Amino acid sequence: MGWINARRRRPVAGYAALLLGLVFVGLLYGALTRTGGGAQAEPTSASQDIATGQALFKATCSSCHGLDAQGTSEAPSLIGAGAAAVDFQMSTGRMPAKEVGAENGRGPVQFTQQQIYDIADYIASLGGGPPIPDAQQVSTAGADAGLGYELFSANCSQCHNAGLSGGALTYGKFAPSLTQATPTQIYEAMLTGPEAMPVFSDGAISPQAKRDIIAYITQTRTEPNPGGFSLGRTGPITEGLVIFLGGMGFLVLIAAWITARRREPWDVAQEENARARETSGTSGTEH
Amino acid sequence: MSDDMEEAEGQEGSGVPVAPHRVIGTPPPTPRLIGSDGKAAEAGAEGRAGHGTEVEPAEEKLPEVADYPEHAKNAERVVAFCFLLAFIAGSGFIAAYIGLEVGSVDSVLRSNLALGLSLSVALLGLGGGALIWVRHIMPDAEVIEERHDLRSTDAERAAFAEYFAEGTGASQFVKRPLIRRTLMLATLPLVAAPVVLLRDLGPLPYKSLRHTVWSPGRRLLVYGTNTPITPAQFSAPGGMITIVPDGYQDDPDALTKAAVILIKFRPGELNIPTRHDGSTLVSTMNWTVDNSIVAYSKICTHVGCPVALYEQTTHHILCPCHQSTFDATTGATVIFGPAARPLPQLPLTVDAAGYLVAKSDFTQPVGPSFWERG
Amino acid sequence: MSDTLNVPKALSGTGGWLDDRFHGARGLRVFMRKVFPDHWSFMLGEIALWSFVILLLTGTFLALFFVPSTTEVVYHGSYAKLNGIKVSEAYQSTLNISFDVRGGLLLREIHHWAADLFMAALTIHMLRVFFTGAYRKPREVNWLIGIALFTLGLLEGLFGYSLPDDQLSGAGLRIFEGVLQGIPIVGTYAAFFLFGGPFPGNSIVPRMYILHVLLIPGLILALITAHLFIMVHQKHTQMPGKGHTEKNVVGQPFFPYFMAKGGAWFFFIFAALALLGTFAQINPIWLYGPYTPVAISSASQPDFYMGILEGALRVMPAWEINFLGHTLTLSVLIPAAVPFGIIFTGAAFWPFFEQWATGDRSWHNINDRPRNAPIRTATGIATVVFYGVLWAEGANDVLADYLSVPLYTITWIARVLVFVGPAIGFVVTRRICLGLQRKDKELLEHGLETGIIRQLPNGEFVEIHRPMNEEERAVLEAKTVPALMPAAGSEDENGVPAPQVSGVMGRARAIANRGFAETVVVETNGHGNGHGHGNGHEPAAVGTGHAELTSGDGSDGESGGS
Repeated sequence: MGWINARRRRPVAGYAALLLGLVFVGLLYGALTRTGGGAQAEPTSASQDIATGQALFKATCSSCHGLDAQGTSEAPSLIGAGAAAVDFQMSTGRMPAKEVGAENGRGPVQFTQQQIYDIADYIASLGGGPPIPDAQQVSTAGADAGLGYELFSANCSQCHNAGLSGGALTYGKFAPSLTQATPTQIYEAMLTGPEAMPVFSDGAISPQAKRDIIAYITQTRTEPNPGGFSLGRTGPITEGLVIFLGGMGFLVLIAAWITARRREPWDVAQEENARARETSGTSGTEH
Repeated sequence: MSDDMEEAEGQEGSGVPVAPHRVIGTPPPTPRLIGSDGKAAEAGAEGRAGHGTEVEPAEEKLPEVADYPEHAKNAERVVAFCFLLAFIAGSGFIAAYIGLEVGSVDSVLRSNLALGLSLSVALLGLGGGALIWVRHIMPDAEVIEERHDLRSTDAERAAFAEYFAEGTGASQFVKRPLIRRTLMLATLPLVAAPVVLLRDLGPLPYKSLRHTVWSPGRRLLVYGTNTPITPAQFSAPGGMITIVPDGYQDDPDALTKAAVILIKFRPGELNIPTRHDGSTLVSTMNWTVDNSIVAYSKICTHVGCPVALYEQTTHHILCPCHQSTFDATTGATVIFGPAARPLPQLPLTVDAAGYLVAKSDFTQPVGPSFWERG
Repeated sequence: MSDTLNVPKALSGTGGWLDDRFHGARGLRVFMRKVFPDHWSFMLGEIALWSFVILLLTGTFLALFFVPSTTEVVYHGSYAKLNGIKVSEAYQSTLNISFDVRGGLLLREIHHWAADLFMAALTIHMLRVFFTGAYRKPREVNWLIGIALFTLGLLEGLFGYSLPDDQLSGAGLRIFEGVLQGIPIVGTYAAFFLFGGPFPGNSIVPRMYILHVLLIPGLILALITAHLFIMVHQKHTQMPGKGHTEKNVVGQPFFPYFMAKGGAWFFFIFAALALLGTFAQINPIWLYGPYTPVAISSASQPDFYMGILEGALRVMPAWEINFLGHTLTLSVLIPAAVPFGIIFTGAAFWPFFEQWATGDRSWHNINDRPRNAPIRTATGIATVVFYGVLWAEGANDVLADYLSVPLYTITWIARVLVFVGPAIGFVVTRRICLGLQRKDKELLEHGLETGIIRQLPNGEFVEIHRPMNEEERAVLEAKTVPALMPAAGSEDENGVPAPQVSGVMGRARAIANRGFAETVVVETNGHGNGHGHGNGHEPAAVGTGHAELTSGDGSDGESGGS
């Protein structure tokens, strides 16, 4: 304590205190905020319990989608939408939607996976539609990530960004980041074209091609950034901010240090004050 | 060696102690070679010895001893530490270069981190050490230097003008207009020559901007897989896919104008009105397949980016570059943004084998506007 | 002449050998004692200088490995994800540098960060020179050289980041070609000549390469040399201060002080770039992929210094004129010509415009404090706002995504702000400058309020004011105010109209002059009873020359006025 006290008037003490404060706040923030949600469960088996699904549907979804899923002014018809669409929307927490807005983003999942399968089976029973892909269909073993890159760059990156960070659409909609979607969800999204996303049917992009795209996405998002921090993988915008705030800011501070007026060094001033105190016997006067 | 040091006190009223403050003069500026009476220096070819000027004595000397010896000794240790750190880091850089391999993303990450960190520390050490040396060890000294007038004296200017006039007179340039004019004439072609030489940089555009490689019967291929596509395969409403022409899937020059975006609508959604294409009225619903599959040029009519975002719900085609937005149900008409013209539509039909093919090339130039477009 | 220092024989021997051949002793001696004034803002240009040196060093290394060719090859290399994809040799060699050459990625990143820092430093340096009036006589030529350097830097950076032929920079090149194509009459020819045919062709990368490594760096080097030579010959400007006059330079001598500080500065700049290259990933071309005209990513922007061009392209409505078989595409031509046109032409003409408006043709070696030149500072801020609005609009899709604002809304806001913003900026800045001048007047007339309250014997409380000391006075009083010209169209007692304010241009000049001559007058008869002066805000009276002195020493240079 005495060691700190003796040095608390040094110029560097201010900087040290600031640094300590920043570190403390940073640790506090890190501890208190939660990172993104965990992975979704992969489907293990399709449930046959359409009745359960119907009951769940009537309790939760029918207020917007209609008692027979025929649609209302608030939400579209789900007849023919298919199990895959239901699984995608609900397993990403987009549905049940809290409000009718421009876009439903990923959110906390409201149902268990089994319940989601039940509802999906019910909807599938109403009018068919794309089924939930099984584990083999979304497995990226042996997939060609290079071909996946070509398909992704031509059909996906304009909305979802080459670095997978997503992007803005019109009228408040946005294409989400692809860093959290599971392979199943990616497959389902391509197949069903949720919200503003176009439909990439198996005729246009074959199941194998879809697996190639999924391989590209999963490899890209787990790939480390060899050049340093990724700066959000947003490109020149953040790079420009960094060079001005980080680069120029740092250098301006150094320039201020280089050209600062030379004052009597701190330690010399302290000694002189101490000597003055001794000789005059009164509280030190600055010369 | 007269001592003109002033021990400056702190500024009145500011209370901040200041380092000893010495003001030292600089040698006066060297006398000019041309005397102030306007005469040029005699016998200009004296060589080095002919300047005849003396070395100006310095009035004062820079101080040699540090201002605060004890403090300077401490600072010296800090500087030495910085330099030693720089040495270690610099050696670390070489070691990291020799020791760390590259060849994969992970190994490059390690190598980049090691090389970059060691280099940064070495440079910071050198910079910090040098700076502390200047600020804490070198004694403070302030020098006042006089600015000489930039404007030459009238006498100098007159002397210059005299020389110039003499030279011009001797050259007879003014008196012989024939030489003058023919000289200027002679240089003109040589000045134009470098510009002329640039002609072969590229071919003339002629009409090449008006056409693409699409032709009757050319198949539409899905980009990437390079497979043709039938209407049955592209039957899900709300679908969109990027298309390239068969035979040119690897030709970037052709693709720059020939890339196409293929969209599938629900029945009744597609409603392209009859409109003018140049001077003719066309109803391009004939250019669709099943009144629901339509192909537009993927090259934005603003400055040529691929206009690739397709929003299924609003059926807007949005270009990510400058946000030109086109409505796909009405013939890709512009609804926002700087593009002035709708996306050209590619006439489609189905060939004998059932695959989607082009009926013909686009009927208007694709891509950004140009002067001759009309 | 010191006898305490023994110069080592090697040094003195070499020095003598050189001097025998080059006559260096006198010149070097004067140069050693040459004074470089000390102010942090004077070091900004050096950031650009040392960044350029680092660009040359790292660029040479990169050039040893880069292949400037668009010949297609199938990639099989260390970046396994792209194996089997057709890429150009340029792209492949850049991947090779990044993943197969030790230190390659680091030097590539330092090179790119250095380019960004070069442009950022130039921008801030240019603003510093502008706001302090350091472009005034005799430094107008250096100012013009600086603008040329800025333009060359823009082109150099554009070509440099387009060399790897990746998706992001290729899209930028496509936009460049589209803009070129839209130029009336010569556009299509210019585009075909530059690209050697239709876009993209096979010539653009080799041509950009030779421009980027030979032609433009050569020009930049030559201009930097001229810029520095002029600065050394004319001596640097200095900030107002005690003992600083128009006829001297005060500071520390080159040898050893400025040399050491300059060296330290170089190391710090290099260190900043090395830190950025280590910890901040820039231009990850492996994520963007090789260029194909069929694909594009969201958030496609050029490097920041081209940002206003991008913003201008996004802010335009669809304006195109078709007539007589020809198309004039204004939504492309206006962004191409207007933003940079306004800024560069305006900047180039400004020193001469200011001379015309103020009638001030004297030499200026003492910098202005920005507050003492309200019109200049306000114009500069208006330009910064104009630049900033377009710059932000260039990032509109990223802003829309991160701020959750609809996309078109941001464009509409920019469409309004690009006109309204600079106007507001001008008005507000001018008022702030005049307000700061009033504060200076307060300080000079009444001293600094110390916050110490004392009670007088009669019970009155007064606050103690500390009068300004000599140094502070020197700074506060340094103000050059242009003389007021006669009113527009005015005549002297014989009915002869004043020449400089007659006619249309004369009237415009009188209006401009009135703006430039506006200042807050300080009573120079000591402090104390400085109350009741009105608001002290008036133009300097006709014919009185300078209202203030530029330093404590007395007059300097010529006074203003025609």
